[in-house]
Amino acid sequence: MSVVVYTESEEGKFKKIAQEAVSYAKGIADKMGTPVTAVTINGGDTSELGKYGADKVLNVSNDKLDKFNAEAYADAVAQAAKKEDAKVVVVSSSANSKYMAPLLAVNLDAGYVPNVSELPESTEPFKVKHSVFTNKAFSITEFKTDVKVIGLAKNAYGVKENEAAGTAEDFAPELSSEDFSVDVVSVDKATDKVTIADAEIVVSGGRGLKGPENWEMIEEMADILGAATACSKPVSDMGWRPHSEHVGQTGKPVAANLYIAIGISGAIQHLAGINASKTKVVINNDPEAPFFKNADYGIVGDAFEVVPKLNEKLKEFKAQNA
Amino acid sequence: MKILVCISHVPDTTSKINFTDNDTKFDTNGVQFVINPNDEFGLTRAMWFKEKQGASVHVVNVGGAETEPTLRKALAIGADEAIRVDAEATDGFSVAKQLANVVKEGGYDLVLGGRESIDYNGGMVPGMIAQLTGANFVNTCISLEIEGDTATAIREIDGGKETVKAKLPLVVGGQKGIVEESDLRIPNMRGIMQARKKPLTVKDAVDANAETQTAQFEKPAPKGDIKLVETVDELVDLLHNEAKVI
Ligand SMILES: Cc1cc2nc3c(=O)[nH]c(=O)nc-3n(C[C@H](O)[C@H](O)[C@H](O)COP(=O)(O)OP(=O)(O)OC[C@H]3O[C@@H](n4cnc5c(N)ncnc54)[C@H](O)[C@@H]3O)c2cc1C
Ligand SMILES: Nc1ncnc2c1ncn2[C@@H]1O[C@H](COP(=O)(O)O)[C@@H](O)[C@H]1O
Repeated sequence: MSVVVYTESEEGKFKKIAQEAVSYAKGIADKMGTPVTAVTINGGDTSELGKYGADKVLNVSNDKLDKFNAEAYADAVAQAAKKEDAKVVVVSSSANSKYMAPLLAVNLDAGYVPNVSELPESTEPFKVKHSVFTNKAFSITEFKTDVKVIGLAKNAYGVKENEAAGTAEDFAPELSSEDFSVDVVSVDKATDKVTIADAEIVVSGGRGLKGPENWEMIEEMADILGAATACSKPVSDMGWRPHSEHVGQTGKPVAANLYIAIGISGAIQHLAGINASKTKVVINNDPEAPFFKNADYGIVGDAFEVVPKLNEKLKEFKAQNA
Repeated sequence: MKILVCISHVPDTTSKINFTDNDTKFDTNGVQFVINPNDEFGLTRAMWFKEKQGASVHVVNVGGAETEPTLRKALAIGADEAIRVDAEATDGFSVAKQLANVVKEGGYDLVLGGRESIDYNGGMVPGMIAQLTGANFVNTCISLEIEGDTATAIREIDGGKETVKAKLPLVVGGQKGIVEESDLRIPNMRGIMQARKKPLTVKDAVDANAETQTAQFEKPAPKGDIKLVETVDELVDLLHNEAKVI
């Protein structure tokens, strides 16, 4: 028996969510008294995973899996889980893992619970806490199945170091042509930009910024902080910013360490999607804006005055703390 | 082409979320229910296929009689027929099993669902339907074209997008982008009148055990008070020394 965790990497480097997923798998494995096996697909230096608690790493190397393919990846991870006799399989909350997880659950006859934020409160019965109603509530949910697939929420459990052997082993799952019946024709990805999914800091602008021409100062702030840029729904609906930047209940979820909202009123649909962020800052010229009731820090003021000043100060700060 | 649109019946996005029965049940008191926003985008795309390429569009929900007004709304928007599978939607897997049965019996070429429902945020039902029926699956779909028996779709990935091709039958988890916000349709009077005459079939549930079960709901801890500051110097200082996020 073991806890199996799928670890995502990009260009040969494990993502932070992979480190977090291994840390979490180790937490569960300790409760159950079993080892942790990480599964990587064309991944990076596997010894790194030992640091967060992986006893063993099953290394899948296969050219056909160079591009992510949900069906094939689900098949590979399911075979690894079966080989390890896993009772728990942990995946992260990236777009790809969320694509793969339901397929994986069906392959394993497992129950699946996504957006899990804490270690199970008990393992017999097996109960986990996860966010529902787009962060407006949590549910404590009990698994009824022998095998369980857990989708770990981003930035909730954290990365925890916990040295283990991390012994690497090659693993060659048997894949069929059916695994590739969805053919990935092309991938179009900006490699120089921080994505909302990976970002520790997100700088977000709303309708209060008046027009797309005023986003320079938002991008400047994001540059200084190494942050991703985001926006409210009307801003993307009006075409000021790309749809991919729309965050909120019907857009992308944000679970950053720091979320800075500039000229955003704080409608319930917006807040729901960004609430999982740890620290929230609001800059708005209307002291009555609902966002002030939902943030940690705020400045009441005109964005066009505050933001340039803040950018100067942040630059200074970064220069001193480099 | 036969299209099935899966419609989840969810609380309006402005709803306050409360629970009853010792926090074991969602309190529907005073809550307005709507078509799940992600499903509305899929439904609108289905109408486009119907009008431009010729297709029959059925909508389906797994739920009790209380979801019928939501299905009627989908009919008023233009779907041809509605199916309600008479079962309580207890967990994603049991719902997917009911829907997989509808898909198999109806022989649909294309099944459109949402990336996630905004109530339980499972993000699992469409993928599970695909896996249970052996159909192909594309998630977080922001563009969908179909020619003959082949679909070309664009899906959103973290930090970009990718283009995929797959043969029908296909299951899609859609979201904004599959049509634009401005393409969404509000049912007009004529649509509402016609919807009353369109078939809404109630189907018996098949055996499908839930794999997970909510034991208890919890509300997030109330938010502490905000610290308002006057200057950017103070803000940077607090973010660095107090919040420790920069
Ligand atoms: C079904 C549904 C789903 C939705 N989903 C989402 C979602 O996922 N995400 C989302 O964001 N919204 C969503 N919305 C929309 C939401 O209800 C709000 O309309 C939206 O969030 C408002 O965007 P905003 O704050 O940018 O604009 P506004 O509400 O217009 O707010 C602009 C703010 O800027 C401030 N301001 C103006 N000038 C300045 C200045 N010079 N300096 C500083 N501040 C200034 C104003 O005081 C105001 O508070 C949804 C709505 C519906 C009906
Ligand atoms: N009870 C239901 N009836 C019909 N379709 C559903 C139901 N629940 C979920 N779906 C579909 O599955 C999608 C994803 O739902 P979920 O997995 O619950 O996040 C929704 O957007 C719907 O298209």
